[in-house]
Amino acid sequence: MSAREDVLSRIRRALADVGDTEAPADVPVPRHYSPGGTPPAGSQEAVKLLAERLADYGAAVQRVTAETVATAVARAIAVRGGDCVVVPRGFPREWQAGLAPERVLSDAPRLSVHELDRADGVVTTAAAAIAGTGTLVLDGGPGQGRRALTLVPDYHLCVVRAEQVVASVPEALARLDPLRPLTFVSGPSATSDIELDRVEGVHGPRTLEVLLIG
Amino acid sequence: MSDAAFLGMPSFPKAARNALADTQLRRNLAHATGTIRQKRADVVGELDDWEELREAGRAIKERTLRHLDHYLLQLEERVTAAGGQVHWARDGEEACRIVTDLIRATGEREVVKVKSMATQEIGLNEALADAGIAAYETDLAELIVQLGEDHPSHILVPAIHRNRAEIREIFLRAMAEYGAAAPADLGDDPRQLAEAARQHLREKFLRAKVGISGANFLVADTGTAVVVESEGNGRMCLTLPETLISVVGIEKTVPTWQDLEVFLQLLPRSSTGERMNPYTSTWTGTAADDGPRAFHLVLLDGGRTDTLADPIGRQALNCIRCSACLNVCPVYERVGGHAYGSVYPGPIGAILGPQLRGTSSEVDRSLPFASTLCGACYDVCPVKINIPEVLVHLRARVVDESRERRMPTPERLAMTAARWVLSEPSRLGTAQRAASAGGRLLSRRGRIGRLPGPLSAWTDARDAPVPAEESFRTWWRRTRDERT
Ligand code: SF4
Repeated sequence: MSAREDVLSRIRRALADVGDTEAPADVPVPRHYSPGGTPPAGSQEAVKLLAERLADYGAAVQRVTAETVATAVARAIAVRGGDCVVVPRGFPREWQAGLAPERVLSDAPRLSVHELDRADGVVTTAAAAIAGTGTLVLDGGPGQGRRALTLVPDYHLCVVRAEQVVASVPEALARLDPLRPLTFVSGPSATSDIELDRVEGVHGPRTLEVLLIG
Repeated sequence: MSDAAFLGMPSFPKAARNALADTQLRRNLAHATGTIRQKRADVVGELDDWEELREAGRAIKERTLRHLDHYLLQLEERVTAAGGQVHWARDGEEACRIVTDLIRATGEREVVKVKSMATQEIGLNEALADAGIAAYETDLAELIVQLGEDHPSHILVPAIHRNRAEIREIFLRAMAEYGAAAPADLGDDPRQLAEAARQHLREKFLRAKVGISGANFLVADTGTAVVVESEGNGRMCLTLPETLISVVGIEKTVPTWQDLEVFLQLLPRSSTGERMNPYTSTWTGTAADDGPRAFHLVLLDGGRTDTLADPIGRQALNCIRCSACLNVCPVYERVGGHAYGSVYPGPIGAILGPQLRGTSSEVDRSLPFASTLCGACYDVCPVKINIPEVLVHLRARVVDESRERRMPTPERLAMTAARWVLSEPSRLGTAQRAASAGGRLLSRRGRIGRLPGPLSAWTDARDAPVPAEESFRTWWRRTRDERT
């Protein structure tokens, strides 16, 4: 018997107490927890809460407007002193208007990991943000690029639009496509492995900066 | 015998006595568990629907377990459809063999690894070492332990027995031998030490062709795997290599994508006391232009079906490895993880270990007695495992078996030890008060910064590994010499 058959038949034997007629849906799953929605998605309160929670987790946060976002992107990168930042395909042209072209690194053709390792930072959009937990979600869509882009460089600047902000985890998951590789980012990476002292940034970007539009 | 309790491990009472003798370890342990208890209470208190989430989590797990064959087949189909390959392993030995063969097929001799309880349970690193494959653990604490040639001392902070000066010492001495050397002017500021670790491991991440992980959840209706972590080493292992091999216990399955909305709220708050851990990665098979080109999922039984066969004991398989029950346990706080003699310590270890491995060894037979039945673990468990109920049930089983086989009963020994462990009434009292505060009572005080990292679910968690026959360093030297 194959291991597969063996394990499956062990499971069936182990579940002798479960009647043959019982279907999975017959086991009740009460979902009386909150579906979210407070504050409403895209609202000012939601954006404000997101800003607070991100800051709580050590991210630098700025509220900007559609008019000031390009300047804010350019300034953030200038302040970081980055000589070259990766800008993934699909990142809005108007948002990178303030960036000197020679500072922009494209991932098409695909950068090698070592090239990526030499980049100073990356600027991306996001797929969604969760206010209640201070979380950004990336799904590799336009302006986000593949996962390695937001992992290897030491600085990540993320631009989020108000309408992408939801209050809760359930609302975010409902908006996301599970078939795409997803990364949920809540602040810079961190460890307390040395004498319980918190150190921000081990392997992921040590600095996470977020621009919230609206 | 990788599935067995640690060979030569003393039974719980004896190991507990040894651990109790180490006052420094006890103090550190109390500090760590106390801090995390408080953080957990604070973030749990933020959610008005915590009890409803717990009940949903429990019910989802119950539905999954009662129809596990159905969900595993669905999972297999979806993972395969998404470009992944599914392998089944009856036990740890078989799982190790599958992984070894998969790595061999790539022609690689080294892999990067994000810590997982499942791979630790099956002794994968040792099996790979025997096959001449270097498995680099990439958690900071694991690195310290591996370079320092010793064993983790604590599940929350495995390197808690090392102070910063010692860590600096270890880095300066050992890093060069395995890869990028530590900078000569390395100081002992944790920031600098973390930076040295970043540099040292980066080279390994960038050249790694094979990554190995576990998973916190597997979603049956989409074929999605989920890893919850803090440091970013998980993302490195999941994203950069060409081949990804994930070894996951069959009980990690959840039916639907929507079910994750429950567990992604329950797990980080219960485990590190964070609203959300720094990084959560989800992936479904392989993606065209992103991440590994080959994905192998190894589904591990390893005693889980035996556990499933016991309608009362079965609930131990609900466990999402948050370790909240460890942090509120007065026994655990005093004796630490080693005394439990397996990779699963604390209250959950006391009910999971004997069920996964059977109750033939002395250590496994004594584990159900390693508890005062105070119930704090049940109160904090995010999936409502009634640990005291299972403990009592297992005690009865052990006693019956002892009678049948005319073996000396371990419970007398264990009870004696427990009395001794708990003989300082003040400490027990403190632990229990703190434990009930872990409920909803003290929840809404001022918020405090989160405690990152060390706990970050049990994909990150660790405890004493199976003692290696030779040290990592000796092994590394030997195999490298063989190669060159
Ligand atoms: S048994 Fe312990 S580790 Fe497992 S989910 Fe419950 S509290 Fe967490």
